[in-house]
Amino acid sequence: MRTDFAFVGVMLVTAALLMGVALVAAALLRPKKPNKAKLETYECGMETVGDTWVQFRVQYYILALVFVLFDIEAILLFPIAVAFNSLTFFAVANAILFIVVLLIALLYAWRKGALDWE
Amino acid sequence: MNFINDLLKIIGDFIAGIIQSILGFSPFLADLVTMGLAAVILCTFAALSFMGLTYVERKVVARIQDRVGPNQAGPFGLLQPIADGIKMFTKEDTTPATADRWVYNLAPLVIAIFALTTYAVLPFAPGVVGTNLNVGVFYIIAIGSGSIVAIIMAGWGSNNKYALLGAFRTVAQLVGYEVPMLLNVLPVVMLTGSMSLIDIVNRQTTLDGNPGIPFIVFFPLSALIFLISGIAETARSPFDLLEAESEIVAGFHVEYSGMKFALFFLGEYVNALAVAFVFSTLFLGGYAGPILPPYVWLLLKAAAVFFVFMWLRGTLPRIRVDQMHNMNWKFFVPVSILHLVVVMALMKLFVTSPAAAQANGGILVTPIVQAAILFTASALVLIGSLAIAARRARIMRLQEEALVAQRRAENIAAVSA
Repeated sequence: MRTDFAFVGVMLVTAALLMGVALVAAALLRPKKPNKAKLETYECGMETVGDTWVQFRVQYYILALVFVLFDIEAILLFPIAVAFNSLTFFAVANAILFIVVLLIALLYAWRKGALDWE
Repeated sequence: MNFINDLLKIIGDFIAGIIQSILGFSPFLADLVTMGLAAVILCTFAALSFMGLTYVERKVVARIQDRVGPNQAGPFGLLQPIADGIKMFTKEDTTPATADRWVYNLAPLVIAIFALTTYAVLPFAPGVVGTNLNVGVFYIIAIGSGSIVAIIMAGWGSNNKYALLGAFRTVAQLVGYEVPMLLNVLPVVMLTGSMSLIDIVNRQTTLDGNPGIPFIVFFPLSALIFLISGIAETARSPFDLLEAESEIVAGFHVEYSGMKFALFFLGEYVNALAVAFVFSTLFLGGYAGPILPPYVWLLLKAAAVFFVFMWLRGTLPRIRVDQMHNMNWKFFVPVSILHLVVVMALMKLFVTSPAAAQANGGILVTPIVQAAILFTASALVLIGSLAIAARRARIMRLQEEALVAQRRAENIAAVSA
Protein backbone atom coordinates (compact mmCIF):
# COMPACT_ATOMS: atom_id res chain seq x y z
CA MET A 1 0.00 0.00 0.00
CA ARG A 2 2.76 2.39 1.01
CA THR A 3 4.94 1.38 -1.95
CA ASP A 4 1.92 1.70 -4.27
CA PHE A 5 1.81 5.40 -3.65
CA ALA A 6 5.60 5.70 -3.46
CA PHE A 7 5.64 5.03 -7.19
CA VAL A 8 3.35 8.03 -7.76
CA GLY A 9 5.87 10.18 -5.91
CA VAL A 10 8.77 8.74 -7.93
CA MET A 11 6.78 9.36 -11.11
CA LEU A 12 6.12 13.00 -10.14
CA VAL A 13 9.80 13.60 -9.41
CA THR A 14 10.95 11.83 -12.58
CA ALA A 15 8.52 13.74 -14.78
CA ALA A 16 9.56 17.02 -13.16
CA LEU A 17 13.26 16.20 -13.70
CA LEU A 18 12.86 15.15 -17.33
CA MET A 19 10.74 18.16 -18.24
CA GLY A 20 12.99 20.45 -16.22
CA VAL A 21 16.01 19.15 -18.15
CA ALA A 22 14.21 19.88 -21.42
CA LEU A 23 13.46 23.45 -20.27
CA VAL A 24 17.00 24.07 -19.06
CA ALA A 25 18.53 22.61 -22.25
CA ALA A 26 16.31 24.86 -24.35
CA ALA A 27 17.29 27.85 -22.20
CA LEU A 28 20.98 27.12 -22.88
CA LEU A 29 20.55 26.48 -26.61
CA ARG A 30 18.29 29.33 -27.68
CA PRO A 31 19.38 32.86 -28.58
CA LYS A 32 18.52 35.54 -26.06
CA LYS A 33 18.21 39.03 -27.56
CA PRO A 34 15.31 40.75 -25.85
CA ASN A 35 14.29 44.29 -26.70
CA LYS A 36 11.46 46.52 -25.55
CA ALA A 37 9.11 45.78 -28.44
CA LYS A 38 9.56 42.00 -28.07
CA LEU A 39 8.68 42.07 -24.40
CA GLU A 40 5.39 43.88 -24.89
CA THR A 41 2.16 42.06 -24.18
CA TYR A 42 0.70 40.65 -27.37
CA GLU A 43 -2.56 42.24 -28.47
CA CYS A 44 -2.69 42.13 -32.26
CA GLY A 45 -0.20 45.01 -32.57
CA MET A 46 -2.09 47.43 -30.34
CA GLU A 47 -0.72 48.67 -27.06
CA THR A 48 -2.75 47.22 -24.23
CA VAL A 49 -5.04 49.58 -22.37
CA GLY A 50 -5.87 49.15 -18.70
CA ASP A 51 -5.23 46.38 -16.23
CA THR A 52 -5.63 42.72 -17.21
CA TRP A 53 -6.33 41.43 -13.73
CA VAL A 54 -9.82 42.82 -13.32
CA GLN A 55 -13.21 41.50 -12.25
CA PHE A 56 -14.58 38.59 -14.23
CA ARG A 57 -18.04 37.43 -15.17
CA VAL A 58 -20.12 36.21 -12.26
CA GLN A 59 -21.43 33.37 -14.45
CA TYR A 60 -18.13 31.52 -14.10
CA TYR A 61 -18.49 31.69 -10.33
CA ILE A 62 -22.03 30.29 -10.39
CA LEU A 63 -21.01 27.39 -12.63
CA ALA A 64 -18.07 26.68 -10.34
CA LEU A 65 -20.48 26.53 -7.38
CA VAL A 66 -22.71 24.03 -9.19
CA PHE A 67 -19.59 22.04 -10.02
CA VAL A 68 -18.54 21.89 -6.37
CA LEU A 69 -21.97 20.47 -5.54
CA PHE A 70 -21.50 17.62 -7.99
CA ASP A 71 -17.87 17.02 -7.18
CA ILE A 72 -18.76 16.43 -3.55
CA GLU A 73 -21.61 14.21 -4.67
CA ALA A 74 -19.08 12.15 -6.65
CA ILE A 75 -16.75 11.85 -3.65
CA LEU A 76 -19.66 10.51 -1.60
CA LEU A 77 -20.82 8.17 -4.37
CA PHE A 78 -17.52 6.42 -5.05
CA PRO A 79 -17.44 4.57 -1.70
CA ILE A 80 -21.04 3.49 -2.33
CA ALA A 81 -19.99 2.25 -5.77
CA VAL A 82 -17.07 0.22 -4.41
CA ALA A 83 -19.24 -1.40 -1.74
CA PHE A 84 -22.21 -1.77 -4.10
CA ASN A 85 -22.24 -5.58 -4.33
CA SER A 86 -22.56 -6.03 -0.58
CA LEU A 87 -25.20 -3.33 -0.06
CA THR A 88 -28.79 -4.17 0.84
CA PHE A 89 -31.83 -2.98 -1.07
CA PHE A 90 -32.50 -0.43 1.62
CA ALA A 91 -29.01 1.07 1.35
CA VAL A 92 -29.27 1.31 -2.43
CA ALA A 93 -32.68 2.93 -2.12
CA ASN A 94 -31.10 5.51 0.20
CA ALA A 95 -28.29 6.16 -2.28
CA ILE A 96 -30.82 6.61 -5.09
CA LEU A 97 -32.79 9.02 -2.92
CA PHE A 98 -29.58 11.00 -2.36
CA ILE A 99 -28.93 11.17 -6.11
CA VAL A 100 -32.51 12.19 -6.84
CA VAL A 101 -32.26 15.05 -4.32
CA LEU A 102 -29.19 16.27 -6.23
CA LEU A 103 -31.06 15.95 -9.51
CA ILE A 104 -33.76 18.17 -8.01
CA ALA A 105 -31.04 20.63 -6.97
CA LEU A 106 -29.77 20.67 -10.55
CA LEU A 107 -33.26 21.27 -11.89
CA TYR A 108 -33.69 24.11 -9.39
CA ALA A 109 -30.42 25.71 -10.52
CA TRP A 110 -31.59 25.28 -14.11
CA ARG A 111 -34.98 26.89 -13.34
CA LYS A 112 -33.23 29.79 -11.60
CA GLY A 113 -31.14 30.40 -14.72
CA ALA A 114 -27.80 29.51 -13.16
CA LEU A 115 -26.97 27.29 -16.13
CA ASP A 116 -27.92 29.81 -18.83
CA TRP A 117 -25.09 31.41 -20.77
CA GLU A 118 -25.85 34.57 -22.72
CA MET B 1 3.32 -18.23 -27.26
CA ASN B 2 3.49 -17.51 -23.55
CA PHE B 3 6.89 -15.92 -24.02
CA ILE B 4 5.53 -13.39 -26.52
CA ASN B 5 2.43 -12.74 -24.39
CA ASP B 6 4.46 -12.00 -21.28
CA LEU B 7 7.34 -10.32 -23.11
CA LEU B 8 7.08 -6.98 -21.28
CA LYS B 9 6.76 -8.68 -17.89
CA ILE B 10 9.74 -10.97 -18.56
CA ILE B 11 11.94 -8.03 -19.60
CA GLY B 12 10.79 -6.05 -16.58
CA ASP B 13 11.49 -8.92 -14.17
CA PHE B 14 14.89 -9.45 -15.80
CA ILE B 15 15.92 -5.81 -15.32
CA ALA B 16 14.55 -5.79 -11.77
CA GLY B 17 16.57 -8.94 -11.08
CA ILE B 18 19.79 -7.30 -12.28
CA ILE B 19 19.14 -4.27 -10.09
CA GLN B 20 18.38 -6.57 -7.13
CA SER B 21 21.67 -8.44 -7.57
CA ILE B 22 23.72 -5.22 -7.81
CA LEU B 23 22.00 -3.33 -4.99
CA GLY B 24 21.07 -6.41 -2.98
CA PHE B 25 22.67 -4.97 0.16
CA SER B 26 19.93 -2.37 0.46
CA PRO B 27 16.34 -3.40 -0.44
CA PHE B 28 15.21 0.21 -0.13
CA LEU B 29 17.75 1.47 -2.67
CA ALA B 30 16.97 -1.43 -5.04
CA ASP B 31 13.24 -0.61 -4.85
CA LEU B 32 13.89 3.05 -5.45
CA VAL B 33 16.09 2.44 -8.50
CA THR B 34 13.60 -0.04 -9.96
CA MET B 35 10.74 2.43 -9.52
CA GLY B 36 12.82 5.27 -10.94
CA LEU B 37 13.69 3.21 -14.01
CA ALA B 38 10.03 2.26 -14.52
CA ALA B 39 9.05 5.93 -14.20
CA VAL B 40 11.67 6.96 -16.76
CA ILE B 41 10.43 4.28 -19.17
CA LEU B 42 6.80 5.41 -18.78
CA CYS B 43 7.72 9.10 -19.26
CA THR B 44 9.81 8.25 -22.32
CA PHE B 45 6.99 6.17 -23.74
CA ALA B 46 4.59 9.09 -23.29
CA ALA B 47 7.02 11.64 -24.78
CA LEU B 48 7.83 9.42 -27.77
CA SER B 49 4.17 8.70 -28.43
CA PHE B 50 3.62 12.49 -28.33
CA MET B 51 6.22 12.93 -31.08
CA GLY B 52 4.67 10.17 -33.14
CA LEU B 53 1.13 11.41 -32.60
CA THR B 54 1.84 14.96 -33.78
CA TYR B 55 3.01 13.49 -37.10
CA VAL B 56 0.17 10.96 -37.40
CA GLU B 57 -2.47 13.50 -36.46
CA ARG B 58 -1.24 16.05 -39.00
CA LYS B 59 -1.18 13.39 -41.71
CA VAL B 60 -4.63 12.00 -40.88
CA VAL B 61 -6.33 15.39 -40.51
CA ALA B 62 -4.66 16.49 -43.75
CA ARG B 63 -6.04 13.43 -45.54
CA ILE B 64 -9.52 14.07 -44.15
CA GLN B 65 -9.36 17.65 -45.39
CA ASP B 66 -7.95 16.60 -48.79
CA ARG B 67 -4.44 17.94 -48.18
CA VAL B 68 -1.10 16.13 -48.19
CA GLY B 69 0.24 17.09 -44.76
CA PRO B 70 3.94 17.22 -43.81
CA ASN B 71 6.01 15.71 -46.66
CA GLN B 72 9.31 17.64 -46.77
CA ALA B 73 11.44 16.37 -43.87
CA GLY B 74 12.54 12.83 -44.71
CA PRO B 75 10.54 10.15 -46.56
CA PHE B 76 6.79 10.93 -46.29
CA GLY B 77 7.73 13.71 -43.87
CA LEU B 78 8.58 11.12 -41.20
CA LEU B 79 11.33 13.29 -39.72
CA GLN B 80 8.91 16.18 -39.15
CA PRO B 81 8.67 15.61 -35.34
CA ILE B 82 12.47 15.76 -35.07
CA ALA B 83 12.62 18.94 -37.14
CA ASP B 84 9.91 20.41 -34.89
CA GLY B 85 11.91 19.36 -31.82
CA ILE B 86 15.07 21.08 -33.04
CA LYS B 87 13.07 24.21 -33.80
CA MET B 88 11.44 24.21 -30.36
CA PHE B 89 14.83 23.84 -28.65
CA THR B 90 16.53 26.66 -30.54
CA LYS B 91 13.67 29.17 -30.78
CA GLU B 92 14.08 32.43 -28.92
CA ASP B 93 11.77 32.67 -25.95
CA THR B 94 10.37 35.96 -24.69
CA THR B 95 8.77 36.57 -21.33
CA PRO B 96 6.42 39.58 -21.39
CA ALA B 97 7.80 42.40 -19.26
CA THR B 98 4.59 42.64 -17.24
CA ALA B 99 4.16 38.89 -16.68
CA ASP B 100 4.08 37.27 -13.27
CA ARG B 101 7.40 35.48 -13.78
CA TRP B 102 7.15 32.56 -11.40
CA VAL B 103 3.62 31.60 -12.32
CA TYR B 104 4.33 32.16 -16.02
CA ASN B 105 7.42 29.95 -16.09
CA LEU B 106 6.05 27.17 -13.87
CA ALA B 107 2.79 26.65 -15.79
CA PRO B 108 4.22 24.54 -18.68
CA LEU B 109 6.16 22.39 -16.23
CA VAL B 110 3.04 21.74 -14.14
CA ILE B 111 0.88 20.72 -17.11
CA ALA B 112 3.57 18.34 -18.43
CA ILE B 113 4.12 16.74 -15.01
CA PHE B 114 0.42 16.11 -14.41
CA ALA B 115 -0.04 14.72 -17.91
CA LEU B 116 2.87 12.29 -17.55
CA THR B 117 1.89 11.15 -14.05
CA THR B 118 -1.43 9.78 -15.37
CA TYR B 119 0.48 6.89 -16.93
CA ALA B 120 1.50 5.56 -13.50
CA VAL B 121 -1.67 3.47 -13.16
CA LEU B 122 -2.37 2.30 -16.71
CA PRO B 123 -2.13 -1.51 -17.01
CA PHE B 124 -0.40 -2.43 -20.30
CA ALA B 125 -0.46 -6.22 -19.82
CA PRO B 126 -1.03 -8.62 -16.90
CA GLY B 127 1.61 -7.65 -14.33
CA VAL B 128 2.89 -4.72 -16.40
CA VAL B 129 1.66 -1.62 -14.62
CA GLY B 130 3.44 1.25 -12.92
CA THR B 131 1.51 0.79 -9.73
CA ASN B 132 -1.80 -0.93 -9.08
CA LEU B 133 -3.51 1.70 -6.93
CA ASN B 134 -6.75 0.59 -5.30
CA VAL B 135 -8.18 4.03 -6.17
CA GLY B 136 -6.95 3.93 -9.79
CA VAL B 137 -9.98 5.50 -11.48
CA PHE B 138 -10.18 8.21 -8.87
CA TYR B 139 -6.46 8.91 -9.22
CA ILE B 140 -6.75 9.39 -12.99
CA ILE B 141 -9.59 11.88 -12.67
CA ALA B 142 -7.84 13.73 -9.83
CA ILE B 143 -4.52 13.99 -11.69
CA GLY B 144 -6.42 14.93 -14.85
CA SER B 145 -7.77 18.06 -13.19
CA GLY B 146 -4.19 19.13 -12.43
CA SER B 147 -3.98 20.53 -15.96
CA ILE B 148 -6.78 22.98 -15.07
CA VAL B 149 -4.51 24.53 -12.46
CA ALA B 150 -1.67 24.78 -15.00
CA ILE B 151 -3.90 26.48 -17.55
CA ILE B 152 -5.16 29.02 -15.03
CA MET B 153 -1.54 29.67 -14.02
CA ALA B 154 -0.61 30.26 -17.67
CA GLY B 155 -3.57 32.53 -18.34
CA TRP B 156 -3.13 34.57 -15.18
CA GLY B 157 0.66 34.73 -15.28
CA SER B 158 0.86 35.97 -18.88
CA ASN B 159 -0.87 39.23 -17.97
CA ASN B 160 -2.54 39.14 -21.36
CA LYS B 161 -6.25 39.70 -21.88
CA TYR B 162 -6.66 36.93 -24.45
CA ALA B 163 -4.78 34.51 -22.25
CA LEU B 164 -6.93 35.37 -19.25
CA LEU B 165 -10.15 34.98 -21.26
CA GLY B 166 -8.92 31.57 -22.40
CA ALA B 167 -8.16 30.59 -18.82
CA PHE B 168 -11.63 31.64 -17.64
CA ARG B 169 -13.23 29.54 -20.34
CA THR B 170 -11.09 26.65 -19.18
CA VAL B 171 -12.36 26.84 -15.64
CA ALA B 172 -15.93 26.67 -16.85
CA GLN B 173 -15.35 23.96 -19.44
CA LEU B 174 -12.89 21.51 -17.92
CA VAL B 175 -14.48 21.76 -14.51
CA GLY B 176 -17.94 21.27 -15.98
CA TYR B 177 -17.14 18.21 -18.07
CA GLU B 178 -15.56 16.48 -15.11
CA VAL B 179 -19.04 15.91 -13.67
CA PRO B 180 -20.43 13.66 -16.45
CA MET B 181 -17.07 11.90 -16.56
CA LEU B 182 -17.29 11.03 -12.85
CA LEU B 183 -20.95 10.06 -13.09
CA ASN B 184 -20.29 7.68 -15.97
CA VAL B 185 -17.34 5.94 -14.37
CA LEU B 186 -19.59 5.06 -11.41
CA PRO B 187 -21.59 2.26 -13.14
CA VAL B 188 -18.33 0.56 -14.14
CA VAL B 189 -17.00 0.80 -10.59
CA MET B 190 -20.29 -0.53 -9.21
CA LEU B 191 -20.29 -3.58 -11.45
CA THR B 192 -16.63 -4.31 -10.67
CA GLY B 193 -16.78 -3.45 -6.99
CA SER B 194 -13.31 -1.92 -7.19
CA MET B 195 -11.61 1.22 -8.47
CA SER B 196 -8.40 -0.58 -9.43
CA LEU B 197 -7.92 -0.56 -13.21
CA ILE B 198 -6.58 -4.13 -13.16
CA ASP B 199 -9.72 -5.38 -11.40
CA ILE B 200 -11.81 -3.51 -13.97
CA VAL B 201 -9.96 -5.21 -16.84
CA ASN B 202 -10.26 -8.63 -15.17
CA ARG B 203 -14.01 -8.10 -14.80
CA GLN B 204 -14.18 -7.80 -18.60
CA THR B 205 -12.29 -11.06 -19.22
CA THR B 206 -13.44 -14.64 -18.66
CA LEU B 207 -11.47 -14.91 -15.38
CA ASP B 208 -13.35 -15.84 -12.18
CA GLY B 209 -16.49 -16.84 -14.07
CA ASN B 210 -17.02 -13.41 -15.59
CA PRO B 211 -18.76 -13.37 -18.96
CA GLY B 212 -15.89 -11.70 -20.85
CA ILE B 213 -18.04 -8.87 -22.20
CA PRO B 214 -16.50 -5.37 -22.39
CA PHE B 215 -18.34 -2.69 -20.41
CA ILE B 216 -19.31 -0.77 -23.54
CA VAL B 217 -21.94 -3.48 -24.04
CA PHE B 218 -23.21 -3.11 -20.47
CA PHE B 219 -23.36 0.71 -20.55
CA PRO B 220 -23.36 2.15 -24.10
CA LEU B 221 -24.62 5.50 -22.78
CA SER B 222 -21.83 5.77 -20.23
CA ALA B 223 -19.23 4.93 -22.87
CA LEU B 224 -20.54 7.57 -25.27
CA ILE B 225 -20.77 10.33 -22.69
CA PHE B 226 -17.39 9.41 -21.19
CA LEU B 227 -15.77 9.61 -24.62
CA ILE B 228 -17.28 13.01 -25.45
CA SER B 229 -16.47 14.47 -22.03
CA GLY B 230 -12.98 13.03 -22.38
CA ILE B 231 -12.52 15.02 -25.57
CA ALA B 232 -13.83 18.11 -23.78
CA GLU B 233 -11.56 17.45 -20.78
CA THR B 234 -8.47 17.41 -22.98
CA ALA B 235 -9.75 20.53 -24.79
CA ARG B 236 -9.44 19.03 -28.24
CA SER B 237 -11.46 20.16 -31.21
CA PRO B 238 -14.48 20.58 -31.34
CA PHE B 239 -14.18 21.63 -27.68
CA ASP B 240 -11.02 23.73 -28.07
CA LEU B 241 -12.77 26.92 -26.96
CA LEU B 242 -9.93 27.84 -24.64
CA GLU B 243 -7.61 28.35 -27.58
CA ALA B 244 -10.08 29.36 -30.25
CA GLU B 245 -7.89 31.12 -32.83
CA SER B 246 -10.76 33.02 -34.37
CA GLU B 247 -11.86 34.59 -31.10
CA ILE B 248 -9.00 34.84 -28.60
CA VAL B 249 -5.92 34.27 -30.81
CA ALA B 250 -4.47 31.21 -29.08
CA GLY B 251 -6.06 31.45 -25.66
CA PHE B 252 -4.01 30.70 -22.59
CA HIS B 253 -0.72 29.98 -24.41
CA VAL B 254 -0.64 33.08 -26.61
CA GLU B 255 2.46 34.44 -24.85
CA TYR B 256 4.43 31.19 -24.90
CA SER B 257 6.94 30.09 -27.49
CA GLY B 258 9.83 27.68 -27.85
CA MET B 259 10.18 24.86 -25.31
CA LYS B 260 7.50 26.22 -22.98
CA PHE B 261 4.95 26.07 -25.78
CA ALA B 262 6.18 22.57 -26.64
CA LEU B 263 5.47 21.46 -23.07
CA PHE B 264 1.87 22.73 -23.34
CA PHE B 265 1.54 20.84 -26.60
CA LEU B 266 3.00 17.74 -24.97
CA GLY B 267 0.61 18.03 -22.07
CA GLU B 268 -2.34 18.26 -24.42
CA TYR B 269 -1.37 15.23 -26.52
CA VAL B 270 -0.27 13.09 -23.61
CA ASN B 271 -3.57 13.83 -21.86
CA ALA B 272 -5.55 12.97 -25.00
CA LEU B 273 -3.68 9.69 -25.37
CA ALA B 274 -4.24 8.96 -21.68
CA VAL B 275 -8.00 9.45 -22.20
CA ALA B 276 -7.82 7.03 -25.13
CA PHE B 277 -6.02 4.49 -22.92
CA VAL B 278 -8.44 4.97 -20.04
CA PHE B 279 -11.45 4.63 -22.33
CA SER B 280 -10.03 1.40 -23.77
CA THR B 281 -9.37 0.10 -20.27
CA LEU B 282 -12.72 1.05 -18.77
CA PHE B 283 -15.06 0.27 -21.64
CA LEU B 284 -13.28 -1.77 -24.33
CA GLY B 285 -11.73 -4.46 -22.15
CA GLY B 286 -8.23 -3.03 -21.81
CA TYR B 287 -5.49 -5.48 -22.69
CA ALA B 288 -7.89 -8.42 -22.88
CA GLY B 289 -8.28 -10.01 -26.30
CA PRO B 290 -7.74 -13.25 -28.22
CA ILE B 291 -4.64 -14.42 -30.19
CA LEU B 292 -2.56 -11.21 -30.13
CA PRO B 293 -0.39 -10.37 -27.08
CA PRO B 294 -2.12 -8.16 -24.46
CA TYR B 295 0.01 -5.02 -24.94
CA VAL B 296 -0.69 -5.11 -28.69
CA TRP B 297 -4.41 -5.29 -27.98
CA LEU B 298 -4.27 -2.28 -25.66
CA LEU B 299 -2.27 -0.24 -28.17
CA LEU B 300 -4.65 -1.20 -30.98
CA LYS B 301 -7.69 -0.20 -28.95
CA ALA B 302 -6.13 3.08 -27.83
CA ALA B 303 -5.07 3.82 -31.41
CA ALA B 304 -8.63 3.19 -32.61
CA VAL B 305 -10.03 5.55 -29.96
CA PHE B 306 -7.42 8.19 -30.82
CA PHE B 307 -8.34 7.84 -34.48
CA VAL B 308 -11.91 8.77 -33.52
CA PHE B 309 -10.49 11.89 -31.82
CA MET B 310 -8.60 12.83 -35.00
CA TRP B 311 -11.65 12.08 -37.12
CA LEU B 312 -13.83 14.40 -35.02
CA ARG B 313 -11.15 17.08 -35.18
CA GLY B 314 -10.98 16.82 -38.94
CA THR B 315 -14.72 17.01 -39.54
CA LEU B 316 -16.51 19.02 -36.85
CA PRO B 317 -16.53 22.82 -36.50
CA ARG B 318 -15.82 24.34 -33.09
CA ILE B 319 -18.97 24.68 -30.98
CA ARG B 320 -20.06 27.94 -29.33
CA VAL B 321 -19.56 28.65 -25.63
CA ASP B 322 -23.27 28.58 -24.79
CA GLN B 323 -23.75 25.35 -26.78
CA MET B 324 -20.86 23.80 -24.88
CA HIS B 325 -22.35 24.70 -21.50
CA ASN B 326 -25.87 23.68 -22.49
CA MET B 327 -24.68 20.32 -23.75
CA ASN B 328 -22.92 19.62 -20.46
CA TRP B 329 -25.25 20.97 -17.78
CA LYS B 330 -28.61 20.56 -19.51
CA PHE B 331 -28.02 17.27 -21.30
CA PHE B 332 -25.07 15.20 -20.11
CA VAL B 333 -25.45 15.74 -16.36
CA PRO B 334 -29.22 15.09 -16.02
CA VAL B 335 -29.09 12.13 -18.42
CA SER B 336 -26.08 10.66 -16.58
CA ILE B 337 -27.86 10.97 -13.24
CA LEU B 338 -31.00 9.35 -14.62
CA HIS B 339 -28.93 6.56 -16.14
CA LEU B 340 -27.09 6.05 -12.87
CA VAL B 341 -30.34 5.67 -10.94
CA VAL B 342 -31.80 3.21 -13.46
CA VAL B 343 -28.63 1.15 -13.60
CA MET B 344 -28.24 1.07 -9.81
CA ALA B 345 -31.79 -0.20 -9.37
CA LEU B 346 -31.39 -2.85 -12.08
CA MET B 347 -28.02 -4.08 -10.81
CA LYS B 348 -29.49 -4.60 -7.35
CA LEU B 349 -32.62 -6.25 -8.74
CA PHE B 350 -30.82 -8.73 -11.04
CA VAL B 351 -27.76 -10.20 -9.35
CA THR B 352 -25.37 -12.84 -10.67
CA SER B 353 -23.85 -14.31 -7.51
CA PRO B 354 -25.97 -16.73 -5.43
CA ALA B 355 -24.43 -15.43 -2.21
CA ALA B 356 -25.53 -11.86 -2.91
CA ALA B 357 -28.97 -13.09 -3.92
CA GLN B 358 -29.32 -14.90 -0.63
CA ALA B 359 -27.98 -12.09 1.54
CA ASN B 360 -29.72 -9.09 -0.01
CA GLY B 361 -32.49 -10.58 -2.09
CA GLY B 362 -32.88 -9.94 -5.79
CA ILE B 363 -33.42 -12.17 -8.78
CA LEU B 364 -30.59 -14.55 -9.68
CA VAL B 365 -29.69 -14.37 -13.38
CA THR B 366 -26.75 -15.52 -15.51
CA PRO B 367 -24.10 -12.86 -16.37
CA ILE B 368 -25.20 -12.83 -20.03
CA VAL B 369 -28.80 -12.07 -19.06
CA GLN B 370 -27.63 -9.31 -16.72
CA ALA B 371 -25.58 -7.81 -19.54
CA ALA B 372 -28.58 -7.96 -21.86
CA ILE B 373 -30.84 -6.26 -19.28
CA LEU B 374 -28.31 -3.49 -18.58
CA PHE B 375 -27.65 -2.95 -22.29
CA THR B 376 -31.36 -2.61 -23.01
CA ALA B 377 -31.88 -0.17 -20.14
CA SER B 378 -28.84 1.93 -21.05
CA ALA B 379 -29.76 2.03 -24.73
CA LEU B 380 -33.36 2.95 -23.88
CA VAL B 381 -32.23 5.86 -21.68
CA LEU B 382 -29.90 6.99 -24.48
CA ILE B 383 -32.58 6.83 -27.19
CA GLY B 384 -35.22 8.38 -24.95
CA SER B 385 -33.03 11.31 -23.91
CA LEU B 386 -31.96 11.94 -27.50
CA ALA B 387 -35.63 11.89 -28.58
CA ILE B 388 -36.57 14.41 -25.86
CA ALA B 389 -33.64 16.66 -26.80
CA ALA B 390 -34.54 16.48 -30.47
CA ARG B 391 -38.19 17.32 -29.68
CA ARG B 392 -37.20 20.33 -27.57
CA ALA B 393 -34.80 21.53 -30.24
CA ARG B 394 -37.58 21.23 -32.82
CA ILE B 395 -39.99 23.25 -30.67
CA MET B 396 -37.38 25.97 -30.15
CA ARG B 397 -36.59 26.07 -33.85
CA LEU B 398 -40.27 26.40 -34.75
CA GLN B 399 -40.70 29.23 -32.24
CA GLU B 400 -37.74 31.06 -33.71
CA GLU B 401 -39.04 30.59 -37.23
CA ALA B 402 -42.45 31.90 -36.18
CA LEU B 403 -40.78 34.96 -34.62
CA VAL B 404 -38.81 35.65 -37.80
CA ALA B 405 -41.95 35.30 -39.93
CA GLN B 406 -43.85 37.67 -37.64
CA ARG B 407 -41.08 40.29 -37.85
CA ARG B 408 -40.99 40.01 -41.61
CA ALA B 409 -44.75 40.49 -41.80
CA GLU B 410 -44.47 43.58 -39.57
CA ASN B 411 -41.72 45.01 -41.77
CA ILE B 412 -43.76 44.49 -44.92
CA ALA B 413 -46.76 46.13 -43.26
CA ALA B 414 -44.59 49.08 -42.16
CA VAL B 415 -43.13 49.54 -45.66
CA SER B 416 -46.49 49.34 -47.46
CA ALA B 417 -48.06 51.75 -44.97
